[in-house]
Amino acid sequence: MRQINPDVCAAYPITPSTQVMEQFSEYVADGLVDTELIATESEHSAMSACIGAAAAGGRVMTATSSQGLALMWEMLYIAAGMRFPITLACVNRALSAPINIHGDHSDSMGARDSGWIQIYAENAQEAYDNQIQAVRIAEHMDVRLPVMSCMDGFITSHAIDSLELLDDKTVRDFVGEYKAINPLLDVEHPVTYGALDLQDYFMEHKRAQAEAMKNSRKIVIDIAKEYKKISGRGYEYFEEYYMDDAEIAIVILSSAAGTVKTVVEAMRAKGEKVGLLRPRIFRPFPYNELSDALSNVKAVAVMDRADSTGAEGGPLYMEFKSALYNRKKQPLMINKIFGLGGRDLMLPDIEMVYRELRDIKNSGKIRALSEYITVRGEEAAYGKA
Amino acid sequence: MKKKGWKELPIGGVILEAANTKKYSTGDWRTFRPVIDLDKCTNCMRCWIFCPDSAVCLVDGKVNHFDYEHCKGCGICAQECPDNVKAITMIEEAKAKEGK
Repeated sequence: MRQINPDVCAAYPITPSTQVMEQFSEYVADGLVDTELIATESEHSAMSACIGAAAAGGRVMTATSSQGLALMWEMLYIAAGMRFPITLACVNRALSAPINIHGDHSDSMGARDSGWIQIYAENAQEAYDNQIQAVRIAEHMDVRLPVMSCMDGFITSHAIDSLELLDDKTVRDFVGEYKAINPLLDVEHPVTYGALDLQDYFMEHKRAQAEAMKNSRKIVIDIAKEYKKISGRGYEYFEEYYMDDAEIAIVILSSAAGTVKTVVEAMRAKGEKVGLLRPRIFRPFPYNELSDALSNVKAVAVMDRADSTGAEGGPLYMEFKSALYNRKKQPLMINKIFGLGGRDLMLPDIEMVYRELRDIKNSGKIRALSEYITVRGEEAAYGKA
Repeated sequence: MKKKGWKELPIGGVILEAANTKKYSTGDWRTFRPVIDLDKCTNCMRCWIFCPDSAVCLVDGKVNHFDYEHCKGCGICAQECPDNVKAITMIEEAKAKEGK
């Protein structure tokens, strides 16, 4: 954020995103950035102030977590509908109740339909890289949509991790100068924002918004390629880990993928054809590319760090099932809900999932479509390692 | 006025033209329309002051007629018309359209 030097930052600190604003306010106080920092009385006000500043014509950033994102809810849709390229660092944390400050994806998954682009980072390096790319994606003239850059609360946000920073000038040149569309501060050309839009035009505006999200599919890749040129680090819609000849695979978001990689390596060393698919871009959901990536796999476990109670499974699982519905080649698919409220996902837990997948591959039979793991009181059907 | 398709609209529902609400006919929301009896009207201007849609039209500084393109039929004019005058009555739009 310091390197991006936004015009306005309106925020209300909440754990575990507090340090983002704490550190950033120091930069403001020390004069390292020119940003107008607005300390609001709530997250609803924070996002409202972001929207106002974006309407005025500023480059705007903010950060939040959990209940804070929930309190922004109403304004998230407005930011997207008004087509403001606001970027938000979402440090994922469980939603109450019961109250919990640790990481799961219930906050951002709840906002999946708000019209924001969502990017999920595996580690601190990627969180940094995504945040810089987010500005360019949001501000692209074919997109003009807000972007939520997500990372796991505490696991990623508070862990000590080494990362490579780009120098300030490189970042500033990369993000470039912000070009506002129809800014309110252009008093020579007065415009109205937020006018009533009824049966006669509302649907046309929503159609245009849907098109922008569609356009962003190409843009996220274009920006990633440009970013690779300055950083040497390349990003795609998703990361494939030993997927080329994988017969069974786990699909998982964010930091937990790091743990899965360890298991994949250990099992590969024993000759087991296991793989991992880690989606990075969740909105827009790259359904074609993700379906292609799973087309040769026999059995898949989509693992959700959030539940959608009453549905067949978690939100990530449902996206994958729907993406594969019209495909001729479909892997058998199960869902595991894990890690809610920051519950650890350990190596044996992952091995257990792979063992179950191996049985599904061999027998063609699914025991349970969706179930909780890493929870006490459930019988572990595949035992501990 | 031909309505525009989604590709022709400015993004985010922004309105680029100032004071274009005039083009938006809110008159078709109306269920009851105000009708004024100019013989009773004393030109106290209360209806003109209170009308939220600036739909009370004056001629030579005197209340003359209503702008039915924009009058939503809220009835504030008839309510505010002083008790001893009551020059404005609200009549059913359907009946008014039949010419009654």
